Amino acid sequence: MSALRVRVWRGGADGAFREYEVPRRSSQTVLDVVTYVQRQLDATLAYRYSCRVGMCGSCAMTVNGAPRWTCRTHVDKVARGDRLEIAPLRNLPLIRDLVTDMREFFDKWARAKGQFRGERSRRDAVARVSPDSAQRRLADVNIECIGCAVCYSACDVVAWNPQYLGPAALNRAWTLANDERDTAQAERLRAVAGDAGCHACHTHMSCTERCPKGLSPTAGISGLKRAVAVAALKGEL
Amino acid sequence: MNVRGETRLWIAQRASAAVLALCVLVHLATIIYAVRGGLTGAEILARTRGNAAWFAFYAIFVLAVTVHAPIGLRAVLGEWLGWRGRSRDIALVVFAMLLAWLGMRAVLGVFR
Repeated sequence: MSALRVRVWRGGADGAFREYEVPRRSSQTVLDVVTYVQRQLDATLAYRYSCRVGMCGSCAMTVNGAPRWTCRTHVDKVARGDRLEIAPLRNLPLIRDLVTDMREFFDKWARAKGQFRGERSRRDAVARVSPDSAQRRLADVNIECIGCAVCYSACDVVAWNPQYLGPAALNRAWTLANDERDTAQAERLRAVAGDAGCHACHTHMSCTERCPKGLSPTAGISGLKRAVAVAALKGEL
Repeated sequence: MNVRGETRLWIAQRASAAVLALCVLVHLATIIYAVRGGLTGAEILARTRGNAAWFAFYAIFVLAVTVHAPIGLRAVLGEWLGWRGRSRDIALVVFAMLLAWLGMRAVLGVFR
């Protein structure tokens, strides 16, 4: 097998790319490449991963200029000839090498009222939600988010407006806006409206283009815009 | 600005965009129709002078632009120059008034 020439970001925000030579193998993922570098070539390389099967959302990085989940991204799909460039996610503070600080990303989920708030206690019967109801179907569409921050990294509005909640947090809010058991709807709509919320979205659809789960946060954000507008016209905002 | 104000601005921009879409279509169709026999200033004035319907149409057009453009510019200023807050909104109110004045001046110019 031939070798891959892999440029990997090293250091903090003022760091630089360092090149490594990694053996190319069949069915090799980008995470395999990063792991090879760390295990065989340079043990000081910092990166983050957990499940390796596309469930946990920890291994996202910028691969040849685009944010991707590295555990499910095959080298054959993204390598340019024998070249691969691996950098940390954009729009997040860099800790070191390929590891970003995810605090702001998840704090924005909380700011978007991304927590479920119900009215039943553990002593009440389980709520029955019809899987065929229009609301449940809307919630279904984007519920499989794994919180990998690929969409957040792909979003230009986040780069321009650091206060912007971002596609993942707004997508979560939209899922809860369609949860008929949730009791914090008006409060949530207030949290996601305005310059830092859904109204800042330009519908570029970079989040939808890049989401590894094939979700469309853009559609969810549009749903929030409609819901907020209706609430405002009814005087409920 | 609070979220209620921001939401109102968003609704105003969407509504004015819908009005503009219609106005631009009518305006373009009129241009295409009007130039078929050649175009002169006298011909335009003959159509618009004293015509209340054209006056109302272009007044609505100007009003929609006055609402739509400053709200769009507000986002551009915030995202590209980092200009937010009260000073930006005051500057944009002035800009809206300028648009309204220039636009209505032109509409009245072909009506009177």
